[in-house]
Amino acid sequence: MTTHTDPHPTRRLILQGAASVALLGLGNLPFAPALAAANDKYPEEAFKLKNEADAIKALFGKTAEPSDKVKLDAPEIAENGGVVPIAVATTLDKVSSISLFVAENPNALAASYKIPDGTMPAVANRLKMAKTSTVTAIVEADGKLYSATKEVKVTVGGCGG
Amino acid sequence: MASSIRVRATSNGDITEVQTLIQHPMDTGLVKDAKGELIPAHYIQQLKFECNGKDVFVANWGTAVSKDPYVKFSFKGAKKGDDLKISWTDNKGGSDQTTAKIA
Repeated sequence: MTTHTDPHPTRRLILQGAASVALLGLGNLPFAPALAAANDKYPEEAFKLKNEADAIKALFGKTAEPSDKVKLDAPEIAENGGVVPIAVATTLDKVSSISLFVAENPNALAASYKIPDGTMPAVANRLKMAKTSTVTAIVEADGKLYSATKEVKVTVGGCGG
Repeated sequence: MASSIRVRATSNGDITEVQTLIQHPMDTGLVKDAKGELIPAHYIQQLKFECNGKDVFVANWGTAVSKDPYVKFSFKGAKKGDDLKISWTDNKGGSDQTTAKIA
């Protein structure tokens, strides 16, 4: 008697079917983070990423183009890295979010603000900076991303180092 | 206990300017205390402003926001005397909220 002949050909088919469904499911995953910036949920994953480019990708799923319509107001030199005043404003229309990244911080994404209809596309806040770094503001307007970058020199780091 | 949230919302014609200061340690989880032990991360993750039943501003924050965070923004569509509801939640499940009258 040969034990190798499959007595249940249908079972194999079913398993194959299940496997391809699983693959399709995985294939859809990379598109999910693109929606993160659009909905209300706290973007936990994006805040955990160390690298700026990775964080931008996790938050938006795409990259930004530099624009002179995004005004990033930050000091040239910050004496105290623990409190760096940073303000962003833009003349762009249909702004849905403004996000701030500090490239040299342990986690690049610092803050992400959702701007609903009727709210001015401008925000001022204070961030911690571990050391001298570029600060990037990304404005999401009409589904596209626009950025402005500025270097801030930090004399005393703000992460307890 | 006094609220951790201090708000000033002033109406200027159609535009309401909101300035908020919140008392919160905003610990990064990277700093050591006097005994050399790491202070665990403790920071506000989400801060929401609601006016007339609508979100007017939502802040998602990481550990890089300064201690006792400050934020300023403006929005349209509210008038003097309207209520502005402010609420935050942190990574340890803590939260606070307050309501301010637009002046």
